[in-house]
Amino acid sequence: MLEIKNLEVSIGDTQILRGLSLSIGTGEVHAIMGPNGSGKSTLALVIAGHEDYKVTAGSVHFEGQNLLDLAPEERARKGVFLGFQYPVEIPGVNNAYLLKAAVNARRKHQGESEIDAFEFLQLAREKMKLLEMDPSFLNRGVNEGFSGGEKKRNEILQMAMLEPRLAILDETDSGLDIDALKAVAKGINALRDPQRSIVLVTHYQRLLDYVEPDYVHVLSKGRIVRSGDKSLALELEERGYDWVQEAASA
Amino acid sequence: MSTEANDIDLLVNRRYEHGFVTDIETDSLPPGLDEDVIRAISGRKNEPEFMLEWRLKAYRYWLTQKEPVWSHVSYTPIDYQSISYFSAPKSDADRPKSLDEVDPKLLETYEKLGIPLHERAKLAGVAVDAVFDSVSVATTFKGKLAEAGVIFCPFSEAVIEHPELIKKYLGSVVPYRDNFFASLNSAVFSDGSFVYIPKGVRCPMELSTYFRINAANTGQFERTLIIAEEGSYVSYLEGCTAPMRDENQLHAAVVELIALKDAEIKYSTVQNWYPGDENGKGGIFNFVTKRGDCRGDNSKISWTQVETGSAITWKYPSCILRGDNSVGEFYSVAVTNNMQQADTGTKMIHIGKNTRSTIVSKGISAGKAQNSYRGLVRIMPQATNARNHTQCDSLLIGKQCGAHTFPYIEVRNPTAQVEHEATTSKISADQLFYCRQRGIAEEDAVNMIVNGFCKEVFKELPMEFAVEAQALLNVSLEGAVG
Repeated sequence: MLEIKNLEVSIGDTQILRGLSLSIGTGEVHAIMGPNGSGKSTLALVIAGHEDYKVTAGSVHFEGQNLLDLAPEERARKGVFLGFQYPVEIPGVNNAYLLKAAVNARRKHQGESEIDAFEFLQLAREKMKLLEMDPSFLNRGVNEGFSGGEKKRNEILQMAMLEPRLAILDETDSGLDIDALKAVAKGINALRDPQRSIVLVTHYQRLLDYVEPDYVHVLSKGRIVRSGDKSLALELEERGYDWVQEAASA
Repeated sequence: MSTEANDIDLLVNRRYEHGFVTDIETDSLPPGLDEDVIRAISGRKNEPEFMLEWRLKAYRYWLTQKEPVWSHVSYTPIDYQSISYFSAPKSDADRPKSLDEVDPKLLETYEKLGIPLHERAKLAGVAVDAVFDSVSVATTFKGKLAEAGVIFCPFSEAVIEHPELIKKYLGSVVPYRDNFFASLNSAVFSDGSFVYIPKGVRCPMELSTYFRINAANTGQFERTLIIAEEGSYVSYLEGCTAPMRDENQLHAAVVELIALKDAEIKYSTVQNWYPGDENGKGGIFNFVTKRGDCRGDNSKISWTQVETGSAITWKYPSCILRGDNSVGEFYSVAVTNNMQQADTGTKMIHIGKNTRSTIVSKGISAGKAQNSYRGLVRIMPQATNARNHTQCDSLLIGKQCGAHTFPYIEVRNPTAQVEHEATTSKISADQLFYCRQRGIAEEDAVNMIVNGFCKEVFKELPMEFAVEAQALLNVSLEGAVG
């Protein structure tokens, strides 16, 4: 599904990713962990196509296609979804309006007709129920005045509505209390599917108690320094990141 | 972010789609202004003596005045002697009888703009003889209005048919001494609309300049007077989203509204005059005086404006809240792109007791444009329990534009409650990336954000007008993406 080879990325004069390689198969759930500043969010934003990040070497292929050639909206329409670490507020723009525009952009790309208002509302209500969100969310401004937890739930709602092929969730667990974490995890688990790949970018093991990954990777200084199964996450929790970093530089 | 800046430059420099020049024959006076020109204007309109006298008084006063310089706009000085002050609408006999006789260049332009066939005839000034749809609609409307006793006619016709109303109300809200441009307008005004709603009548339809026969060619010095008698209601729509063709650079209109006891006037404007090219060349200078007088108790005047055109906009639709419990409202969206400059806002003068006013101003700047809000809220000593709420928001697109706010608040009564809120925001790269990551194209994302920003104002517009205004805004900001 996603094939990253020797990826080098800079922002301004600072190099952040230094030859990162990663392969994600269809239907797999990967967790990418690592200390602050290791390049986790950069990786997520580069895959989504953020223009501040310059790819200086390497390649990113999504379903055999060179992703780096595509504009962010084209990637999104092909089914690449990024759950943002800091979802931005868009005052005055109705949450439902954005959601519907996004759903229709994806449907149009797939050659389907636009979703009608009734169908949309039904679908949105169903997904919101799953995420334990109040229906009034739909009528509020996009993330406007949302609490941290509400913003993250809103990201998961968008993911549920868009049904992406590849979902990258950047620190979706940060800033959540335990109830919100459970609701978000429930939403993610509901979207696990043999046809969908999920990448969880996270700092802590906590989310992984609720969403079990197939693979865990540790990112340090712009490279993946260790990969393993979910037991690696537990080991990290116990021993911290230092031992992996030390092992890597040794 | 260098890519962002480049994109802005590239996209902002797109040409104004509706900019076009068409040579049309006009029956004009030679350039220049003196008392003879004013007599000539008055004479051609067969005006009664009182009207000429009023024009001359205005002219003599204007001569003693200097052009104001306090607004936050800059332009090369206007040479008032180089302007032609009269461009006659052709008489029916001289008008084209059908579209076949209309200048093909003009028709081509309408084609480009996608104006429906039946509307082209009216815009092109084809003599009206109930052949075309829009005309028959207008005729039907006229009948309905007459039944209700509503007078809705060209200003010049009102001067002749209803001199007593003109004498009583003209200049009673905006005196000819009011300001430089109002004096000039009073001296040389060409034509405009006159509306009279009798006591207790709720005007059976929204009055639109669009349905006023002979609406085209009212010229650069438009004069509008609307009188709502006791207990009456009227909603008036001015302008349309189709761009206004005009070779005259200077526009100085005056609008006077009078709401008597328990009356309500709702005045909506969509202004889309030529803004000039990307260097600001050739755009219209729009210096307008609009004022409403809530003369009776419990009266209400509401201004809603969507301003997207003109090189320079200088405009402050205001309310004098004279009657007790009277209400004034001002909802405005002003968009400036490229080199456009807008200095606009409102004045709310609270005189009566328990008077209330609401101001919602949304300014959007893109390109190198400058957008200023200038507002005055004045609470007079006798205005006990007056209340005002002002909300003034600016949205910036790109890095070379400016937004400015000049609120003036004068409170002379301790019982007043005055609130002022102001925000300035940018369409951020983060907001655009967020929308794009959800599959929404950049321009659609900008439109979405801008429309969200303006929502509070759009909801004040009559339904169809709101939809058009939204589309117009998208066109005006086309390419202003960062």
